Amino acid sequence: MGNRHREKGLTVPKMNLSHFEASLLFALFTSAVLGVITKRTDRERVRYAVQCFAYFLAAIFGLSWLMYLGHG
Amino acid sequence: MAETLKLQAPSAGHWAPAVVLAWLIPGGGHFLLKRPGRGAVLGISVLLVFLLGLMMRGMLFQPQGGDLLTMVIYYGGFIGDLLAGILYFLTVWLGYAQPDMAGHVHDYGTKFLVAAGLLNLLAMVDAWEIATGKKD
Repeated sequence: MGNRHREKGLTVPKMNLSHFEASLLFALFTSAVLGVITKRTDRERVRYAVQCFAYFLAAIFGLSWLMYLGHG
Repeated sequence: MAETLKLQAPSAGHWAPAVVLAWLIPGGGHFLLKRPGRGAVLGISVLLVFLLGLMMRGMLFQPQGGDLLTMVIYYGGFIGDLLAGILYFLTVWLGYAQPDMAGHVHDYGTKFLVAAGLLNLLAMVDAWEIATGKKD
């Protein structure tokens, strides 16, 4: 009985994301980090982050269509 | 007597505080090295990826033996989780214990938790490069 309150532990709000939303958020934050750590000036960093994000998007849409067409 | 040119690597005392702080507090190494802007972007990114992982009810890996693939996945995942520093320790300390469950949201959550640690690893390497003078 005493341990009943501890069974669940830390509770955080639950979030249900679709594949697309989760991929988009992952792409956004990863692009930001890659931009910051790889380039030397702020201008280059922003440019590279946007470029990475665009590549992520292209990969998401490209692979999604590939899987959709592959399934027939 | 010919002089030999010795390229001395910076001592660990020079870069270790920044790297350890970068591990414990995402972005903290950059703040220590007086790069607050970059530190803020890195810290917020790692924090949000980790929080999204928790909100999607991702699982935190525990080291587990067995066949080679199981060991690679579970030890690798554990190290990835651990790299998130204080975010991981706080989460465990506060009693977050999500079992491994089927479903794409849980699965994404687990990957987000590991990804937060891996992004923090990149931030640690960046802090090391700044501390050793390899970049600005």
